[in-house]
Amino acid sequence: MSGPDLTDRLLPPATIGLMLAALYLVFVAVPSDAFQGPVQRIFYVHMAMWLSTFTAFGIVGVASLLYLWRREPRWDHVGRAAAELGLLFCSLGLATGSIWAKPIWGTWWTWDPRLTLTLVLWMIYAAYLLLRTLATEPTQGATLAAILGVSGVVDLYLINRAVYWWRGIHPAVIVNREGGSGLSDPLMRVTLVVCMLAFFLVFLWLLRLRLRTARLQEAVDDLRAALATS
Amino acid sequence: MLAILWKDLQIELRTKETLAALLLLGLLTLLVLSFAFDPTSPLRDAAAPGVLWVALVFAGTLGMNRSLLRERDADCLQGLLLAPVDRGAIYLAKTAGNFLVMLAAQLVLVPLFVFFFNLPLWQTATRLAPVVALGLLGFAAVGTLFAAVSLRTRAREVMLPLLMLPLAVPLLIAGIQASAQLMAGAAVADVAHWLNLLAAFDAVFLVVGWMAFEYVVEE
Repeated sequence: MSGPDLTDRLLPPATIGLMLAALYLVFVAVPSDAFQGPVQRIFYVHMAMWLSTFTAFGIVGVASLLYLWRREPRWDHVGRAAAELGLLFCSLGLATGSIWAKPIWGTWWTWDPRLTLTLVLWMIYAAYLLLRTLATEPTQGATLAAILGVSGVVDLYLINRAVYWWRGIHPAVIVNREGGSGLSDPLMRVTLVVCMLAFFLVFLWLLRLRLRTARLQEAVDDLRAALATS
Repeated sequence: MLAILWKDLQIELRTKETLAALLLLGLLTLLVLSFAFDPTSPLRDAAAPGVLWVALVFAGTLGMNRSLLRERDADCLQGLLLAPVDRGAIYLAKTAGNFLVMLAAQLVLVPLFVFFFNLPLWQTATRLAPVVALGLLGFAAVGTLFAAVSLRTRAREVMLPLLMLPLAVPLLIAGIQASAQLMAGAAVADVAHWLNLLAAFDAVFLVVGWMAFEYVVEE
């Protein structure tokens, strides 16, 4: 590694700039929703979480598969970093969603298929991270976690079908599509896009930082091992 | 593969310890969950299939842990791994063993469930049989794989349910929903989609387990 490359130099200012723009748009520029009032503004942040969450969990699946196949520590680092961030954004997404749902739906939580699916995903990746901490040795933990990572992705389709049928048979009490009132104002659509991009850049930035930490950690471990044997 | 299965079944037949533990735990779960509902309320009947499946899951988790712990205690797993067999075959044998032991426990648990919930025995038992069998098979498939995984961690007993239950969500939903509808008198064709889902889950996790087991047990 020789100094920060172009991406590392451009990513922080781009993220900060876009985030400031997003904050301005969400809190100042964009008009309040006609039916939902100011509460609806959290929706821009809420939607932005899911892009990062699902990208992250997708990365975990691919990285797990590659790790089992190629056995390169690199893929393990990627999987771990993505799982941590995915869990973070998933938690934030669930939290912002609940804060929005309380005044709008009148409840913090409903067993809507999408919510159920997300909660199950959260559980799987929480177990994934716990598995790594509790593994008896690091390489073993990496392999075991990769198996869970692959199983999680494989299971995704089945979980999806199950929760949709589950709720499909008992129709949900509250039928309301998010953004059902429509993002009528063009500025609302702009805000949503800027917000999603801003949070996605935060995700990418954190991912890169986390990967660098993992590489440094590995270098430190190698040095320590070398010192111990000499 | 058949030899491993036969060995496990023989141990079980001689000691009957896992089976006894499974049965007692399943029975206790039925008892504990019965307290959650007012015995006179119609809610209790509506919750019956859920109670059965929770009992099945708790008992199953315990049994799965036992089957691999037994191998580890006397370093038998080492011996198994040294034997010139495919690791996938060991997995399939273990899964089959777990499946059969759980099935045996169900042969007693389901009638007890019928007894406590005052249901028609013959009708309930025959109608639930395919659902329970498919559910248990998937449960054994995913449980055996992750029992082997959790064996490699520090908090063994805690890890298994944490790893397995979220993945088994489709199994639980499908099992409970299909059982509820069948017990309410629905035709088998009406729950075909749930049975398909159960079968798909079984197939997927048998393949995943068969392929992944090698990575789990390697040193």
